[in-house]
Amino acid sequence: MQRIGVFVCWCGSNIASTVDVKKVAEVLKAEPGVVISENYQYMCSENGQALIRNAIKEHSLTGIVVCSCSPRMHEATFRRTAESAGLNPYMVEIANIREQCSWIHKDMEEATEKAIILGRSAIAKLKLNAPLTSGESAVVKRALVIGGGIAGIQSALDIAEAGFEVDIVETSPTIGGNMAKLDKTFPTLDCAACILTPKMVDCAQNEKIDILTYSEVESVKGFVGNFKVQIRKKARFVDEKKCTGCGECMQKCPSKKGLNDFNMGLNTRPAIYIPFAQAIPNVAVIDPEQCLKLKNGKCGLCAMKCNVNAIDYTQKDEIIEREYGAIVVATGYKPISLENFNEYGYSQYKDVVTSLELERLMNAAGPSEGHLVRPSDHKEPKVITFIQCVGSRDTSGCGKPYCSKICCMYTAKHAMLIREKYPDTEVHVFYIDVRTPGKNYDEFFRRAVEQYGVDYVKGMVGKVYEENGKLMVQGADLINNEQVVIPSDLVVLAAAIEPSPTVRKIATMVTASIDTNNFLTEAHAKLRPVESPTAGIFLSGVCQGPKDIPETVSQASACAAKVIGLLAKDKLKCNASVAHSDETLCSGCSVCANVCPYGAITYVDKEFRLGGGKTELRRVASVNPAVCQGCGACTVTCPSGAMDLKGFTTGQIMAEVDAICKR
Amino acid sequence: MDKLEQVKLVKERSGTDARKCMKCGKCSGRCPAYNEMDVKPHQFVSYIEKGDIDKLLNSKSLYTCLSCFACVERCPRGVAPANVIEAVRQEVIRVQGENKIQAEKVPEMIDETIPQQLLVSMFRKLNK
Amino acid sequence: MKFTYYPGCTLRTKAKQLDIYGRKSLEALGVDFEEVKEWQCCGAVYPISRDEVATKLSAVRTLNSAKVEGEGKLLTLCSACHHVLKRVNGDMKNDENIRFKANNYLALEEEYAGETDVIHYLELLRDYVGFDNIKRAVKNPINKKVGAYYGCLLLRPSKELAFDSPENPTIIEDFIKAIGGTPVIYGMRNECCGAYVSATNKEIAVKKSVKVTDDAMGHGAELLVTACPLCMYNLTENGNKKVPVYYFTELLAEALGVKE
Repeated sequence: MQRIGVFVCWCGSNIASTVDVKKVAEVLKAEPGVVISENYQYMCSENGQALIRNAIKEHSLTGIVVCSCSPRMHEATFRRTAESAGLNPYMVEIANIREQCSWIHKDMEEATEKAIILGRSAIAKLKLNAPLTSGESAVVKRALVIGGGIAGIQSALDIAEAGFEVDIVETSPTIGGNMAKLDKTFPTLDCAACILTPKMVDCAQNEKIDILTYSEVESVKGFVGNFKVQIRKKARFVDEKKCTGCGECMQKCPSKKGLNDFNMGLNTRPAIYIPFAQAIPNVAVIDPEQCLKLKNGKCGLCAMKCNVNAIDYTQKDEIIEREYGAIVVATGYKPISLENFNEYGYSQYKDVVTSLELERLMNAAGPSEGHLVRPSDHKEPKVITFIQCVGSRDTSGCGKPYCSKICCMYTAKHAMLIREKYPDTEVHVFYIDVRTPGKNYDEFFRRAVEQYGVDYVKGMVGKVYEENGKLMVQGADLINNEQVVIPSDLVVLAAAIEPSPTVRKIATMVTASIDTNNFLTEAHAKLRPVESPTAGIFLSGVCQGPKDIPETVSQASACAAKVIGLLAKDKLKCNASVAHSDETLCSGCSVCANVCPYGAITYVDKEFRLGGGKTELRRVASVNPAVCQGCGACTVTCPSGAMDLKGFTTGQIMAEVDAICKR
Repeated sequence: MDKLEQVKLVKERSGTDARKCMKCGKCSGRCPAYNEMDVKPHQFVSYIEKGDIDKLLNSKSLYTCLSCFACVERCPRGVAPANVIEAVRQEVIRVQGENKIQAEKVPEMIDETIPQQLLVSMFRKLNK
Repeated sequence: MKFTYYPGCTLRTKAKQLDIYGRKSLEALGVDFEEVKEWQCCGAVYPISRDEVATKLSAVRTLNSAKVEGEGKLLTLCSACHHVLKRVNGDMKNDENIRFKANNYLALEEEYAGETDVIHYLELLRDYVGFDNIKRAVKNPINKKVGAYYGCLLLRPSKELAFDSPENPTIIEDFIKAIGGTPVIYGMRNECCGAYVSATNKEIAVKKSVKVTDDAMGHGAELLVTACPLCMYNLTENGNKKVPVYYFTELLAEALGVKE
């Protein structure tokens, strides 16, 4: 007979204000097998844990039920408590009477009854628990960083600094990401290239870092400490090892009409190109959609002109397979498409641009070499109007429901830079709210107003239309209670940002969870903000939520610290709740192996005694406990009921259900 | 009638949730009749939420709103200011003696070319 | 496919051209259609108030006629009729309260629940005939710079009307190209002309109409096309009187060579 202890937590008033915790403890005490039942204000506190430890020793408990918050929150805590008192950690069951009870009910009587039922159910399961022990698995001492923007770069540098090898996989031909496109950065106005390119060079020179540009993650298998990843290195038709980045080929290429992505399509580039002067690697790439040689076999000029014979029109995509202990997702963002916001005239008028386009127009390395001119006629704009929240905070279905967080600050930056460089230019900013939390941020914004005389108009723009060569920006001025029309030469839209479109595919591959806006979900919003709930997957930068450069770099370094902590271990404790097959029932049908996402199931031929001295050779499933993650897919698929999950056996689950249904 | 009841009725009739408004003013930024209004489109949403119905019942905007739905179209929060204006107008004209058009006066208001559709609209909008 | 043709009240009197040329063009394009039997006014304005049911009934009758008499494809020309019929149809499909009350009142043989498709003549040209086919059928190309005047009722609210992009529509411009004209894009093409207040508040109607017509002319339009009798009246009477306004069907008939 088991000796069970029940511990009911108040969670301050979180549980106790809706659930009569004393009654729950009292009623559960009467359950068969329960020898002690206690309640306490904070069971997770040191005193609470001491109460549990003492009870285990004093009453020689064989198992405990803690009625408290979600097991996601404190199961690990209470398992450690039990272990320190000499109890097997898998002899602990959590009844979630907070998230699944007190927080969602109002009526005390009902909530108390439900808490009792949840407690009974946990007791019923515990009675069938068996002590489990975890195996161990080795850790591959190498990290993969997906995405080569500032987030990925910072994470990679920090991990490499600690002595571990890192691969950066980047889809575009160079690392640098969106930050490489920026002109100046807030709140200190230093040039983005000046602070980013040294980091890019550091990556290239660090012997621990391997940069795989123009590459995509193709598949991910395995689990924390032991990921097996296939990477597709797309054919760039240029031998990376031979190319010196001299740029001769770019001069000679006759097909010059490709849109220059790096300059946000504001000018053109040849079919063979290096994205920008500081690109890492400084190696050319051929756009196969644009190259005359690759399209119809007629040209080959670049190959003729290349002094080092780096051009290879026959290059094919290559698949590389590598193993990693940890994966950092740093896939970043892009501005949203503005097709739902034609009231601002982005599709109709050339001189309505996005803020990222303005960055290029102001950048010394941009299409106008830093001379701010409007795209239509290359004239200097004399009146510039900014519109904030274009697609942010939009629940109408046209945009994104969230605040993009970076726009208020970069718009203040743009306004200030323009007024500084072109003092004759009038600058207006339409805003809903100016949001500037952050060190020296509000001061920065106020400088734009007070020192540089930027005109901030509280209200939104309703329409932008063209009249006599001017862009008429019609909007509300809510402070003056009037409708204003500002004839402008250039209109700049602070377009909302969204996670890079590749993130869904990546999230599926690494089984990381994602929210309704395609941002990756963190393991805990406050306490584990840089980890995915999936072990071994870490989140760096905007893929987790909108953030600016300082915040991104902080998060990237935090993420690296977590990765280093993992890679520093030689062995990882495996999950003890693993599947196992009852060989007497298994028919060797292979269904379980087909659904296993971790490749943990193999088949062995085993000899079985049939009686009368006869034996039979049968094919049966065998689970590798070091690989199994305990997801349970095999147990529900198995047609003969041979597969079961330790700690969550069919018998245990049925006992829980029975306890709930029993009145 | 009780003011609170009136506010509740107007809200129900409008079918729009004024609490969703984030006070960005885009409706008023877009409105083609803004300068003809004493109470502005965004204020209709604000006043109805605050329960200040008198300002709305007496507003001249009820008769200068063009019913063009520009405010409805552009609201980033799915609020429909035009629906509130319409609901308030209904609240006014549904009271006996509050019809804004007298049939006998119509001949002097119109000319030969006026489409009858306009007359029907006028009666539907201003009379009950 | 046979379309059920709904002219609406104004097309039989003040907006005859919209109707006559619409029919002639349909015949020229080989579109099979039949007029709704015993049709009545659509109601002229869409009743926004959620508690209004009676003012929607005449629209429901017409919608149901298309379902019962024809193949459930209701063809409309006037912007206002199209606006009212499409939105009431949406209510019958999606608003249980209105559907229940309207059916209760009308006591139809079979309950009406928004089964009819409301199709504007321009949508028919785009989606069923195809602008390329129209281009091929043109005999007298309209060699003029034409400004499309959308106004408000055709486009908004776009979630309900699902007609075209509410801020950067293209359907009338594509139509103008198909009949050999050059479309003129101008900012006021989707701004309201103020027709609803033209009898009660002429000053506003004049201000708005002049703005539209001036803007169109400023961008080089030699003439304007509209689908709406209200806009036609207002822009003609209250606009700058320097740019003529036509119904789109009249230009179509002219291009197809069926205008007498």
